Amino acid sequence: MHNSSVATANHEVHDNPALLHHFATAEQQKDAASLGMWLFLVTEVMFFGGMFCAYLVYRYKYFGDFGSASQQLSIKLGAINTAVLICSSLTVVLAVRAAQLGKRTVLVFWLLATIVLGLVFLGIKADEYAEKFEKHHVPGPSFHYHELLPGQAGLPPADRRYANPSHAEMYFSLYFAMTGMHALHMIIGVGLFSFLTYFAWRGKYTPGYYTPIENAGLYWHFVDIVWIYLFPLLYLIDRHR
Amino acid sequence: MKEAMSDHNSSSEHVSSIGSSVAIWLALLVGTALTVGAAYVDLGPFNVVVALAIASIKATLVVLFFMHVKYTHEKLTKMVIATAIFFFLILLALSMADYGTRLWT
Repeated sequence: MHNSSVATANHEVHDNPALLHHFATAEQQKDAASLGMWLFLVTEVMFFGGMFCAYLVYRYKYFGDFGSASQQLSIKLGAINTAVLICSSLTVVLAVRAAQLGKRTVLVFWLLATIVLGLVFLGIKADEYAEKFEKHHVPGPSFHYHELLPGQAGLPPADRRYANPSHAEMYFSLYFAMTGMHALHMIIGVGLFSFLTYFAWRGKYTPGYYTPIENAGLYWHFVDIVWIYLFPLLYLIDRHR
Repeated sequence: MKEAMSDHNSSSEHVSSIGSSVAIWLALLVGTALTVGAAYVDLGPFNVVVALAIASIKATLVVLFFMHVKYTHEKLTKMVIATAIFFFLILLALSMADYGTRLWT
């Protein structure tokens, strides 16, 4: 492996086995792969964007009911999951760094750390979903919702106003659609990183060729960014009341 | 070996230092704590604004430093990102221009 990476750096054009014939240089090949990944992420922005737009429209229409439904979520679990994802983004950065420096065992370690953090996130998410099923807060025939609007708990019982259940059901539909799609992306990410770990352990990635690590890293960071927006939008509505 | 590697890096790739990565990681965690704290303070209509502002700062940090966009020499990448944000804002702005002005419903 040492020999091949020296050869890669010195005679990039001729001797790099990862360089495909239709690219002039390894650098050009890398830039093309990176640009392709970014274009894919743009389609992902518009994919999640449609759901964010639906969320915005209904939050505008049903503001109080969305506040009530949002307060059924646990801020503690949401914040812990945000921190877990941020930590996993750091482990991805360290994995890419290890790949750039050609440190095989360090790379495998950080890839495994990322997978573990991804699974921790999914486990906490599954626990939150289970609670929603127990409370009948999952949209559908068995949906049941009888909770106060935000800021009503301090009033005399006769004056308290309750949230409109069908508006709360819309909130939970969006909650499950958005967090469910996000969780699906996490599951795909964990799968990707499992393959990467196997190939990294086999020594496939060198300082001359680590594009899959870099692009999977871009994907993982993007999924992290989606959650950075989902957390305040879904968990933190009207908490001050 | 070392010389060959630094040669390669200077021509194409930025290797992020552990120190700066950890600093960004800490900033992201602080941002998360701030956004939770700000949610409990009554800012009237500005609660949403503050939450989204903090989220956008965090997202920008991730894109610039963790996704290496600050160090990329490829201008197309930056243009692609700007285009994505622009079209996403069109989606939101034109939808809300419709739903926000349906005073008859």
